[in-house]
Amino acid sequence: MALKIVKGSIDRMFDKNLQDLVRGIRNHKEDEAKYISTCIDEIKQELKQDNIAVKANAVCKLTYLQMLGYDVSWAAFNIVEVMSSSKFTYKRIGYLAASQCFHEGTDVIMLTTNQIRKDLSSPNQYDTGVALTGLSCFVTPDLARDLANDIMTLMSHTKPYIRKKAVLIMYKVFLKYPESLRPAFPRLKEKLEDPDPGVQSAAVNVICELARRNPKNYLSLAPLFFKLMTSSTNNWVLIKIIKLFGALTPLEPRLGKKLIEPLTNLIHSTSAMSLLYECVNTVIAVLISLSSGMPNHSASIQLCVQKLRILIEDSDQNLKYLGLLAMSKILKTHPKSVQSHKDLILQCLDDKDESIRLRALDLLYGMVSKKNLMEIVKKLMLHVDKAEGTTYRDELQHTCNTKLCNCSTLILLRYISILVELTRLEGTRHGHLIASQMLDVAIRVKAIRAFAVAQMAMLLDNAHLLTGNMQRNGICEVLYAAAWICGEFSEHLEDPNQTLEAMLRPKVATLPGHIQAVYVQNAAKLFATVLRKHEGATDSQAAQETSQLLVERLPLFVQSANLEVQERASCILQLVKYIQKLQQKDVEVAEEVSALFAGELNPVAPKAQKKVPVPEGLDLDAWINEPPSESESEDEKPKAVFAKEETKHSRPRHTEVDEKELARRREARKQEQANNPFYIKSSPSSQKVYQDAPGVEHIPVVQIDLSVPLKVPGMPMSDQYLKLEEERRQKEKAEKKKKEKKKKREKHGKGKKHDSGPESEEDITPAHHVDIVTEEMPENALPSDDDDKDPNDPHKVYDIQGNLQDGSQVVVSVIFENKSDSFLKSMEFNVLDSLNSKLQRPEGAGPHDGLVVPFQLPPGVSNEARFIFSVQSIVMPQKLKGTLTFIVKSEDSSTHEKLDFKLHFTCTSYLITTPCYSDAYAKLLESGDLKSSSLRLEGVNMPFHHLLARICFHHHFSVVERIDSCASMYSRSIQGHHVCLLVKTADQTVSIDAKCDEPSLLGNVLDEIKQTFSQC
Amino acid sequence: MIKAILIFNNHGKPRLSKFYEHYSEDTEQQIIRETFHLVSKRDENVCNFLEGGMLIDGSDNKLIYRHYATLYFVFCVDSSESELGILDLIQVFVETLDKCFENVCELDLIFHVDKVHNILAEMVMGGMVLETNMNEIITQVDAQNKMEKSEAGIAGAPARAVSAVKNMNLPEMPKNINIGDISIKVPNLPSFK
Repeated sequence: MALKIVKGSIDRMFDKNLQDLVRGIRNHKEDEAKYISTCIDEIKQELKQDNIAVKANAVCKLTYLQMLGYDVSWAAFNIVEVMSSSKFTYKRIGYLAASQCFHEGTDVIMLTTNQIRKDLSSPNQYDTGVALTGLSCFVTPDLARDLANDIMTLMSHTKPYIRKKAVLIMYKVFLKYPESLRPAFPRLKEKLEDPDPGVQSAAVNVICELARRNPKNYLSLAPLFFKLMTSSTNNWVLIKIIKLFGALTPLEPRLGKKLIEPLTNLIHSTSAMSLLYECVNTVIAVLISLSSGMPNHSASIQLCVQKLRILIEDSDQNLKYLGLLAMSKILKTHPKSVQSHKDLILQCLDDKDESIRLRALDLLYGMVSKKNLMEIVKKLMLHVDKAEGTTYRDELQHTCNTKLCNCSTLILLRYISILVELTRLEGTRHGHLIASQMLDVAIRVKAIRAFAVAQMAMLLDNAHLLTGNMQRNGICEVLYAAAWICGEFSEHLEDPNQTLEAMLRPKVATLPGHIQAVYVQNAAKLFATVLRKHEGATDSQAAQETSQLLVERLPLFVQSANLEVQERASCILQLVKYIQKLQQKDVEVAEEVSALFAGELNPVAPKAQKKVPVPEGLDLDAWINEPPSESESEDEKPKAVFAKEETKHSRPRHTEVDEKELARRREARKQEQANNPFYIKSSPSSQKVYQDAPGVEHIPVVQIDLSVPLKVPGMPMSDQYLKLEEERRQKEKAEKKKKEKKKKREKHGKGKKHDSGPESEEDITPAHHVDIVTEEMPENALPSDDDDKDPNDPHKVYDIQGNLQDGSQVVVSVIFENKSDSFLKSMEFNVLDSLNSKLQRPEGAGPHDGLVVPFQLPPGVSNEARFIFSVQSIVMPQKLKGTLTFIVKSEDSSTHEKLDFKLHFTCTSYLITTPCYSDAYAKLLESGDLKSSSLRLEGVNMPFHHLLARICFHHHFSVVERIDSCASMYSRSIQGHHVCLLVKTADQTVSIDAKCDEPSLLGNVLDEIKQTFSQC
Repeated sequence: MIKAILIFNNHGKPRLSKFYEHYSEDTEQQIIRETFHLVSKRDENVCNFLEGGMLIDGSDNKLIYRHYATLYFVFCVDSSESELGILDLIQVFVETLDKCFENVCELDLIFHVDKVHNILAEMVMGGMVLETNMNEIITQVDAQNKMEKSEAGIAGAPARAVSAVKNMNLPEMPKNINIGDISIKVPNLPSFK
């Protein structure tokens, strides 16, 4: 027997053990994954052997591999085998592996119940111990139910080692199988007074955890804990009990009163900082719970604050941090006692540890009063200047912005200048907040308007400083407020002329649309003021000059892509032109113009609505009208396949609720009217009109023939290809480069040079290209003259592919490729919507918000993101301008960069390759519904089948019939337009006769075909 | 409750990971990476508490860590644990390791992660603190090791011999890489005796 064992172990002595595995991994740093996969193969072989020692060794190695992130759940059954070994050595290995990788979803776990039960009742205490430890990690509701009794028995085991483990694991059992709590609780309570301190500590531990979940049920144990607190010397237990009391006191204030004294004694006597800290914390909790009903406990507060001061003054950063944390709790109820330690807290702002600075800042929020405001603000401003670390800085500015505004005029004056100063800091993300604060203050407080207006005028004048480093949602938001304040309160302006000029600078057109809109509107207000001023001084010359200024500058805004800006600008432009005419006839117009903007704007208190008295007899909750019948609305729903989706997109979700609500009110009103003898009843038709109005039929619905696969495998990826336009920073020379996707198509599109400058709007692009106009490359990517079409060209930064689907919804998949050496993150993709095409943004996002690209790009990596556009009309090609902003992260710095691009939606891209039979094709041509057009291409020398293939490939046509050098082709748009081509070739000349039911679509498609062939 | 205990070195290589809640292997690795990222960028002389990171994720959890020579010991705990108490517990853990391995160094943890798990199991069980008394822990660990040895008996002897031979020609099994400052004195903190 012994010999056999020896032989077995000699067999396996050259097996790899855990140490060998670790060593091997360390020796294979280059190909670690490969090495580990061979090891796993070995392990699989070992697991197949009968020898339990070999299996245990294999499982031990698997446990290590699990830590490295390898899934070892496939070996679950082998782990159970090792667990059930009779030898402690192997059992321990098995249980360890199980505790690391078993969970509720592991199915073999149910096989372990009996084995665990056997181990729990083993005569060897360590077998039991190992089983309990393992079980504590992977206990499931089933195991808890089946083993609860066995564990409960172990709670009274003779060995304290087992008792404490059994007590502790009961918490896990309670969690998984709550029914066990009631029968087990008396015994658990008994264990609070166990002679062994370890068992006692475990019982306290379990009850504390239970009480945290449901404090009410454990109030009855308070006296017992009170006794323990005064008798125990184990700091660990004391801390747990004191923390528990902290959770219990809010429920029972009387308990708090009793606690104060022993806790104060502990605070005085203990030398352990951890205990002291927890005592202070609980005293604070007690004081908070008492603060309403009790007379002062100033002595205790003083003691706490004093002890905390000692903690904060300590050189140990941990104590400092905790001291500040506890201090902020006191601040809530007893701010005065904290305020006397202002010096100390301000000192902490200088700490090198960011967590401590944040804590100190947190405290300062609450400490600000009228008296110390100036001092604190001064200190904070000093900090903003030198603050490093973004979280801290943002937090700091947040403090300045929101917390420090109390309401005396003097403070507000200072506040405005603080806000203005804040705007000078680069890189703030709080532009929006600052803007709203400025507006708020300027509107509310008359006395400071003059000052505010002067400051804002200054801001507007220096706007270029802010916009120079413009970031999305950044500081330019402030200009929104500035423009508005200057316009609304223009009477306070010293030199309205200059401000007006500043607001109409061409540079303004680079600001976000909503800000431009405010600029335009307020320029008009300013104009009114200026006119008044000039006419008051009877200076008609100057007045006319001002009008001229507006007439000259406004057209810039009329051309804006933003609707709001466009509308306002053209409205005001016409107005000014009219005024100009009047001025030439020497008519006084200032009064009339000012009247446009007359009226004081008063702030409305948030509670104002509530204060409006409800008229007698008006029941706002009553039904006004019967809700429309269900069936009716059902019938209205169109039956088209995509209709459901369409309606969802075009209807705001809340309409249904509103409709119901309205209907309810209408019903109530009808009731009331019916009861009112003086009310003349309306004809029933009016109601019908109402119901029809929001009907679904107003929503355009597109039908699509579903028999045609929308996405032909392989094709959609290649139907668009990328064109990258690079432009040098020097504007003299712009270079265009075209990048082809890796796809099976013949050589096409060599690099071309164009002379379009970076601002050129009309760049001639070949058919169905999606363009990116790069205005600024990431610093690491250099522009080059190289025309080589190497797909690994280092300058290809972004690829864009258009891919069309689903009626008027277009999915554009964009491939982002990071060609630089830096890490790119926080990418935001934004497109300036046109009337026709809109980027679909998530609900709640504004029309100018960018979409976050859901990944980051390490150097050299590419990834694809999809964006959905909704397109109204497909008969015209579209170019959408867009911007990609991103953060370039290098080792020690990160810079915010942006990349401008254009998305080119060609008409071709709306065509779907659709097969058509010749008879159907003939019928279609005969129907006479189609308009025709034709195209001639000269000098095309390629075989006819290549030519056809090219049209098929690039323009999504399919060949219907081909006879010699003549072919008919067909395609269909996503909106169901038929496009038919008759292609003939003779002597390098290709003539295409085309027919389509939409002439402009046809024209554009033909243009695009022409483009394609002009490049070869 | 303790949610997780992680040990990794200055380069973020995991030396021990013990999660008391179930995560997939991938998530575990991600947590380790992220925790390392959070902890490693902190200076030596700043406080040992951290808020933020995946393990915490909006809950009242905190990271409490200590840095010894080449190793980070990180505990993720919820608000029922005392911050300073856990710092002491880490200290007890490290001192226990030091006793059990006789001058513990990173290599001990690398090659004997199973033993480290066994020691930890005597201190923390299922996320709850089981024992804070170092002598008690060592007694139990030793008793179990003794059992293991007696079980090995004759059967274990050849294996041990082979292991000794294997280790003989290993230049990389140095005993001299000690963590000099492993037994950092913690002033003002209680010891649990």
